[in-house]
Formats: sequence, C-alpha cells, structure tokens
Amino acid sequence: MREKLIYLFSAIAAVLLAWDLYRVFMVLPDEANQGAIYRIIYFHVPAAMTSLLGFFVAMVCSALYLITRNLRFDSVAAAVTEVGVVFAAVNLVTGSIWGRIIWGIWWTWDARLTSMLVCWLLYAGYLMLRRAIDEPTQRARLSAVLSIFAFVDVIIVWKSIEWWRTQHPGPVLSIRNGGGMAPGMESPLWWNVLAMALVATSLVLLRMRQEGIRREIDALRRYAHAL
Amino acid sequence: MAASAALHAVDVHDIWKYYGDFPALRGIELTVERGACLALLGRNGAGKTTLLRIIAGLSRPGKGTIHVLGEDARNKLTRRRIGVLGHAIGVYEELSALENLRYFGRLYGVADPTRTAIEWLERTGLANVRDGLVREFSRGMRQRLAVARTFLHDPALLLLDEPFTALDDRAIAVLQSLLRQAQGEGRSIVMSTHQLREALELATDVALINRGKLAFRGPRTQGMLDDPAWLYRNYGEA
Amino acid sequence: MLYLRQILAIAGKDLRSELRSKETVNASLSFALVILLLFSFAFDPSAETVREISGGLLWLVFAFAGALVLNRSFAREQPNDCLDALIASPTSGAQLFLGKCLANFVLLMAVEMICVPVFGIFYNVAWTRRIGWLTVVFALGTWALTIIGTMFSALTVNLRLRELMLPILVYPMMIPALMGAIQLTTVLMTGAPPGPENQVWLRLLVGFDIIFTILGVGLVEIVLVG
Repeated sequence: MREKLIYLFSAIAAVLLAWDLYRVFMVLPDEANQGAIYRIIYFHVPAAMTSLLGFFVAMVCSALYLITRNLRFDSVAAAVTEVGVVFAAVNLVTGSIWGRIIWGIWWTWDARLTSMLVCWLLYAGYLMLRRAIDEPTQRARLSAVLSIFAFVDVIIVWKSIEWWRTQHPGPVLSIRNGGGMAPGMESPLWWNVLAMALVATSLVLLRMRQEGIRREIDALRRYAHAL
Repeated sequence: MAASAALHAVDVHDIWKYYGDFPALRGIELTVERGACLALLGRNGAGKTTLLRIIAGLSRPGKGTIHVLGEDARNKLTRRRIGVLGHAIGVYEELSALENLRYFGRLYGVADPTRTAIEWLERTGLANVRDGLVREFSRGMRQRLAVARTFLHDPALLLLDEPFTALDDRAIAVLQSLLRQAQGEGRSIVMSTHQLREALELATDVALINRGKLAFRGPRTQGMLDDPAWLYRNYGEA
Repeated sequence: MLYLRQILAIAGKDLRSELRSKETVNASLSFALVILLLFSFAFDPSAETVREISGGLLWLVFAFAGALVLNRSFAREQPNDCLDALIASPTSGAQLFLGKCLANFVLLMAVEMICVPVFGIFYNVAWTRRIGWLTVVFALGTWALTIIGTMFSALTVNLRLRELMLPILVYPMMIPALMGAIQLTTVLMTGAPPGPENQVWLRLLVGFDIIFTILGVGLVEIVLVG
C-alpha cells in the first residue's frame, strides 16, 4: 500500500514538475532587470518554503512522539527533516548561483539566505545527532527534544536576522518590484511550490519506510544477541 | 487497586520496556510485600538491571504501571525513601568521603546532613578517612562509602543491583550485617544478584527473569539454599 | 525551602569540584586569553577597527572558551555513575538542570570578567564607561549560552563524540543571542548607551533567555530519564 502511494506521489510530482519546467523555460519571457537568471527563483523560493514546512512538520511530529511514544512519529520527523535539509541546500545553492550572476560573488549575506544557512546548520546537527545514537528509543527521544529546540530557534533566527538587515542593509535577492511580480509571472512559482511539496512527500514516504526497516533489523539483531 | 498497592513495597503491573521494537521486558507482573527481601535472579541480559532501574525511577517503562511504596516511581516523596546501589559506587572522586555523604544528605533532605554523614562513616568503618578524597581510597573503602550513601537517608526500600559482586570480604560483611539489620527494622529489599549464596541467605522471596519474562516467583525455600542452581536449571532456559 | 536548597546544593557541589581542580576553568581561561592576544598580534587592528569588532571578538571568544566549561557540566557526573545517583535522588530533572546552569553561569562570568580587562589593555579600549549596562548585557548573553550549553551537555552526555557534538549543536542555536550580545557590546564599548535602535537587541536577548529557560526546564526531565 505504502509503495503504491510512493509511486503515485512521484508520478504526479514528475508530471507537475515537467509541466512547470516547460512553462518556466519555454513560455515565460526574460525579466526586465535580471535577464534569464531570474528563472532560478522558481526553484529557489519553493525549495525554501518546502524546507521550512518540513521543519515545522518535524517539530509537530517530534512533539507527538514525546506524547504518544509511537516510533512512527519519529520516523516521520527524521524523514521530513532529512528532506528539509536537502531542500534547504537547494535553496542555498540556487541562491549562491543567483548571487554570483547578479552581484558577482558566490555568497551574499542576504537576510533570507543567511537565515536559511543557519537553519541548515541546525538541522544538519540534528542529523548528526541521530547518527551518533544507536539505540532507537533513545535516538527518538533525544532527537525529538532537539527538533523542538531547533524549530523555536528557527523562528527567532528569521526574525532577528531580518532586524539585523534593517539596521545593516545589504544585498537583497529578489525580483519583486514594489511588492509584486508582473502578472503571469507569479503563478508558476506557486505551481512549483506544489510540485516540490509532492516531490518532498514521496521522498519522505520512501525515507520513512527505510527507518521502519532499520528498526526491524535492529530488533532482530537484539533478538539474536539474546539467544 | 490503589488500596492494595499502598500496602506493597513494590507493585509492578504489566511492565514492558522497549529498545526500538525489541522488548527487553515483557509483561512483568511482580509485587514485593513490605518488609520482604526479594532476590531477583537471571542471566546477564535477562532484564534484571532494566527492571531495577525502572523501579528506581531511572528510566521509564514503555507500557504498564509501577507503584513504589504506593506512589509513582518518579514521585519525589517516594524517592526520598528509596536507597539505590547500582553497579558503580555513585560517589565523586574529587570530593572527600564526608563531603560526598553531606552532599547526598542535603539532596535527600536529611535533617542534619553533617552529623548523619559522620554517623554513617563510623558505621562503615571510614571515620578515620572522612576527609580523604575518594580518589585515594582502596576498592573496599569505596564500596563501603557507596553503601553508606545508600543507607544514610534511612530508606524504607533498598534497591541493590548485584551488590555482592566484586566486594572484598570486609565490605561483604558490612553489607550483610546492614541488610540483616534493615530487614529486622522492617525495611523492604529488592536485590538482583549472581551471588546466589549470599543473596539467598537474606532473601524471603525469589524471582527469576528469563529473556525479559518473569519465569518464576515464589518464597525462598530451604531447597533453594541447599541447591541454588536448581532455579536456573528448571526455569533458566527458554 | 527544600526545592531551592537542593538547587543550591547541586550548584555548590559543581563549583566546589571545579575550584578544587580548576582544570576546566584554567583551560577555558587560557584558551580565551590566547585567542585575544593572538588576534591582537596577528591583525594589529586600528582603533577604528577595534570599535567595530569589539563585540564580535569578545563574544566569539566567550562562546569558544565557554564550550569547554559547558561540556564538562554533565560529563563530570559520568565517572562512577554519579548521574544515576542524582537522578534517583528526590530532585527533579529541572532542579538538576538549574543547579548546573547556576554553577556554569558563575564559572563563565568569572572567565569573562578576567578577559575583559585583558581585552581593554591589549586593544586600548576604555570599557568601564558603560560598566552597568555592560554587566547587564554580559549577564543576559552568558545566561543564554549557559542555558543552551547545559541543556545540550545533558543531551549528549551518554554519546560518543560528545566533545564534537556539543559545539555543533550549540553554536547554530546560539546565533540570535550572540547577534544581540555582539551588537549591544559593540555599542557599549564605544561608550555610548544602548539607544532606541538597539532596544530590539535587548528585547531579543531577554526573550531568548526566557523562552529557552522555560523550554529547557520543561524538557530536561525527558532527556535525563525518558
């Protein structure tokens, strides 16, 4: 059943992504100020949204794990965080490329990019923590606590870096002119958000299955040792 | 349920403990009457230490309920009346014997920590090294200090994890006399052990855990004293 | 009352242990002073530059040196299974946590109080002009570092690679608090009071401290017991 779901989500995501790619690259004209590179926003921004949504879901699942002690919640939290970290990396890399083309430098301390970098560091730490713990129940418990801490910090980080950037203005990666994009340019963005969310979901389902199998193997090993 | 639970020293009901999907303890049902001394037997890895840690409030069970002295195991008033002696001595190397006991006395809310500490140093034969750092103590001295730490707050229930293992003769004698005295005073004791001889002498009850399940539970008989290995032969294998 | 006395007993024991050997404090202090001196030597910053970087330099030094103290916090309970003895005692995880935070806070502040005059000498900064505000900012920033560091010391106490894991987890989490402390310290080091545009950093620090203290006190029992 789970496998069929994975195939279904992947299929829909692939179709949507293909259609979006077509629209982004073939249909839309070049942007007035930035030329062709602006198309990167259609991957840069949705990746950020998917990633942050993932971290939020991870926090919720971590809290649910601590309340119910059902290890399936732990699997979801781990899977979603991992996928979130990947999409955060996509955001960072596309941001870096964008910055290189626009500003000529490989990295720019744009407020949102900086915040995303901190998020990436936080959750890379989460993944490292999980690697360091062998026993599944302890791993679930400790990483759940970390996930809650991390997300509370995420909120504070985004706010504080915004304030920092208003006090020390710096480069801004955006193509919003006075608050909005030209009509017709905005919708592929939102379609791509959906597409990425679907890709993320199928990856999460896949990863969850992996976590479940890993736990099974761990339990079998313990049984074997007990004999 | 609550009324009868209050009469028991320990009331374990359908306890399961999981490591991931692996059950280390499976549906343990166990009661220990007040004033009893239970010897908890079982092979290494059977689950004795896991169960003791849950009773001591050091870890949480996955399923089931546990009442110690009538209350939840993590209840502070309960823990004030429990003395725990684990595998390690649980005292600080860099502090003196007196400082260690005074510290734990304070944590356990003992009325006069210094006086009680000195009393117990005398009872365990450590009075003349009271200001010596634990780091410099011999093995036997450390073990006696650990025993002092366990008893100093006048616990109603004693939880001991393999207390006779690796003790020298003097420490064994001290511990045995303290345990006999405790029994005489009506305190309850649960001790896991491999040292069948010493434990069975003191025990009023016996339980055997095998692969996470309670394989045997009953009073200690003369037959067990004569042939301690009988239990393992009959209930120890799966 | 007993609750408070137990917290103070725990803090007192940690401080007594540390003052007896002074190992960790010495390591922390040496590390901090060496960085400060090396930096001054390597970059020989002008007065202008020093004015801009004073906050950043000081707080990075405190964060790195502080990690040594914070790592030791729960690690010192490991020999002889003393952590089990503490958890089994009639104290809550929160009391254990707050007691250790208190001890760590004192140790970190002590290291900082020694570093600042040294910094003042080698970088020619008159740091006493706003000493009242400076103390407030140091206290708030150090408490943030203490809370996060002690919490993760508890989280990582039983793990292999503990010394590596603690900094990796603590530093990203500390970034907002460090930002606030750095901004405020830089301003105060120039002799100016924290004006209206810096109020937001003060509020950030206070908010950070409150939120993570509550979160820590609430979740530490789960970390220690299960």
